[in-house]
Amino acid sequence: MKRILMLAAALLAAPAAAQTVAITNGRVAIGDGSPLIQNGTVLIRNGRVVAAGSNVAIPADAQRIDAQGRWVTPGIIAGLTQLGLAEVGAIGLDNDTGADKSPFSAAIDVAPAINSAASSFAITRARGVTRAFVAPDTTTDIFGGQGALINTSNDTNVVDRARLFQYVELGEQGTSRAGGSRGAAHVWFRNAMLEARDYARNPSGYSGGRDADALLMRADVAALVPVMQGRMPLLVRVNRAADILQVLALRSEFPNLKLVLVDAAEGWMVARQIAAAGIPVITSALTDLPDAFESLGATQSNFGRMRAAGVKVALGEIGAQPRNTKQSAGNLVALAKIPGAEGLSWDDALAAATSWPAEAFGLGGEFGSLRPGRRGDVVIWDGDPLELATAPVLMLIDGVQQPLETRQTKLRDRYRTPQEGVLPKAYER
Amino acid sequence: MRRHLLAGFASVSLLAACSANSEGPKTASSDPAAAPAKAPDPVYVSTYKPYPGVVTAITGATIFDGEGARIDNGTIVLADGKVAAVGGADTSIPDGATRYDAAGKWVTPGIIDVHSHLGAYASPGVDAQSDGNEATSPVRPEVWVEHSVWPQDPGFGRALVNGGVTALQILPGSANLFGGRSVTLKNVPARTVQGMKFPGAPYGMKMACGENPKRVYGGRNQMPQTRMGNMAVNRQTWMRAQDYKRKLAKEPNMARDLAMETLVGVLDGEILVHNHCYRADEMAVVMDMAKEFGYKVTAFHHAVESYKIADLLRENGVCSAMWADWWGFKMEAYDAINENIPLVHNAGACAIVHSDDANGIQRLNQEAAKAMGDGRRIGINISPEIAWTWLSYNPAKALGIDRQTGSLKLGKMADVVLWNGDPFSVYTRPERVWIDGAMLYDANDPKRRPVSDFELGQPGEGDVK
Repeated sequence: MKRILMLAAALLAAPAAAQTVAITNGRVAIGDGSPLIQNGTVLIRNGRVVAAGSNVAIPADAQRIDAQGRWVTPGIIAGLTQLGLAEVGAIGLDNDTGADKSPFSAAIDVAPAINSAASSFAITRARGVTRAFVAPDTTTDIFGGQGALINTSNDTNVVDRARLFQYVELGEQGTSRAGGSRGAAHVWFRNAMLEARDYARNPSGYSGGRDADALLMRADVAALVPVMQGRMPLLVRVNRAADILQVLALRSEFPNLKLVLVDAAEGWMVARQIAAAGIPVITSALTDLPDAFESLGATQSNFGRMRAAGVKVALGEIGAQPRNTKQSAGNLVALAKIPGAEGLSWDDALAAATSWPAEAFGLGGEFGSLRPGRRGDVVIWDGDPLELATAPVLMLIDGVQQPLETRQTKLRDRYRTPQEGVLPKAYER
Repeated sequence: MRRHLLAGFASVSLLAACSANSEGPKTASSDPAAAPAKAPDPVYVSTYKPYPGVVTAITGATIFDGEGARIDNGTIVLADGKVAAVGGADTSIPDGATRYDAAGKWVTPGIIDVHSHLGAYASPGVDAQSDGNEATSPVRPEVWVEHSVWPQDPGFGRALVNGGVTALQILPGSANLFGGRSVTLKNVPARTVQGMKFPGAPYGMKMACGENPKRVYGGRNQMPQTRMGNMAVNRQTWMRAQDYKRKLAKEPNMARDLAMETLVGVLDGEILVHNHCYRADEMAVVMDMAKEFGYKVTAFHHAVESYKIADLLRENGVCSAMWADWWGFKMEAYDAINENIPLVHNAGACAIVHSDDANGIQRLNQEAAKAMGDGRRIGINISPEIAWTWLSYNPAKALGIDRQTGSLKLGKMADVVLWNGDPFSVYTRPERVWIDGAMLYDANDPKRRPVSDFELGQPGEGDVK
């Protein structure tokens, strides 16, 4: 405890982004699946990783942080979340995850809703998450809108990539959004792509609005042009094996689509086809209940089996709490010990929660590992980061140290002794 | 009153015996006691029978006994469905016992989840299987959740094989102030819910504070619409129950009232109150209500703010059933903190880790591990063998089954998990699970893995889950 505090204090003269920081004497995991490096150094300059490894030359002007043998990893990247879209989920006014009374869908952009002052930011950060992909819910039709990559820093500007991807539902959820059948969902999708093609050819000729000539609103169809042209990834949430195959087949009609599957609970049943199509999958680690007829084959081995079949898989706490990402990754390691189950090695499990999500979006060159040139998102942990009882003791995002206190830690400190003192609790802080 | 109850029970057991003897149909008039108003308890009786086991010895294990003790290089012997011996390496092992070398492995009592909705909100979660809330009136103590439980819910099997859960309480939902009776089950698959009922377990009654009842009924412009409305309906209901109890004492033959029977059971201390309640201030109000009407709250569930009143909870002897780190999903969960469990424990109050979730029930040990780590970071060091009390003994006490299970004491039910490593590590899973000495899960044997009717003939039948 004492030593951890000292470590944090050592950095109170926080490095500005432009500074050079050398984290020494760490058990360094690069986050790309490569093995741990004992007594390693991570060098950050201008907010980016310069080098990480065992023989890193440390410039004289570098601020040194002695990790004292602790684990050093890239920050966790939460594969698909709704972080920053709601302070309290059950309070509608403050919940920007979906817009069921809006006439728009694909055009909806989550970026204006991201609020880095939301308590969830600090709380998620305190469990080691430095970046998150954020997707909106679908509400009025099969398209949810445009998602973003954000960081969890206490900066006011936390959106790294706005309008990074489009989100669509083509499973049970998509069925209900489209009016009641999978056929309706697919025809809605095809129609949207065709309208996007027409719009791209001649934007001024697009009639717009829900009239006889076009179903989609102008803003929605405009948002789908980069999807149709393959300039923007299309995240497709499906679970049933048969639905997955239908999604793979979409590329025969729309060859440019840059597909990413989301959830894919029965992905293991068609893993070879997904791998052959070269389509990444973002999925939860722990889905194992047949909670719908589209996920009867759900098993925690889904992730490992798809990976073993050559699918590019990434971890997402879909519909859950992004701060639990490290726990999910650890569970994937647990599966490796169970006969008949398929898990991951520790090195791969960390990658599943760091570099692999970045790679699923084509951003592996910029985020998610401690390889040279990546963003300087580094966490020093008080133990094995994938274990349950561990937490960050120090975090850098873009090379800048982040506070790890939260509203929760303040409440905790206030009630460490529950009884009132000389003044009411309201005066203790 | 006590005498009246005893008399009631006597006639009850007579009735039960008569029907068991199949002496032909009985009419009310043929009964000497002629339809007593007191509930003919027990009904819907447990038909659970332990499956056969063999004499089993697990050696070389790190054993947590569930009551706070640890044995290194320990041996445990299971025989006749019971814990027959627990001790160090010198523990004698009966001839012919099936032995498991558990070097590097851990043995614990089976986990007991005090808050589950398995079977009542079963998988698949379709409307047709939404049977947890009788949300037609805020006061529904007359419903019994066992009449909703679908024994084929695949979630039971997941809780067994991934979670090491050997017993669990199924509760009605929290739409109502008075949600109805709970039921405690052995986590052993059966054709009927009676076949899962934990023999001799007392009933519980679900109550709910806060947002849910006032939202459900307030949204219909009905009472309660506010927290004060919640309390007014609660108190008026308890007054009716007291009145019913007084009348019953005078007129044992009065017409039965199913709702009142459950409430009188609470007033008489036979039915345990499990009260969904998030906020500290509401828990304090409820504890005063219990004093006002002379009943006891056994446990507050989802008690995310227990840390604010851990001293009051200790003084009142009320358990807190908690998640490790659920936070912020609704307003009354806004002040949840990660150190809630260790702070409650550290204050000397009763702490329980619960799930309320078909996924979370598969990882209650992991929840406890997170809580231990968060405690340690603020200087509250709770040993793993002590922390295991949150997972088996404390929930067993809150369910009134601690004399039968919840710890590895001689003569108790052999509800045992052999873990393939440290059960507070994320890398560990159950390797084998015994319930009443019968091995019902073996990670090495696909035949020792429950597959519910629902899963037969479906994708993934019999797969690892």
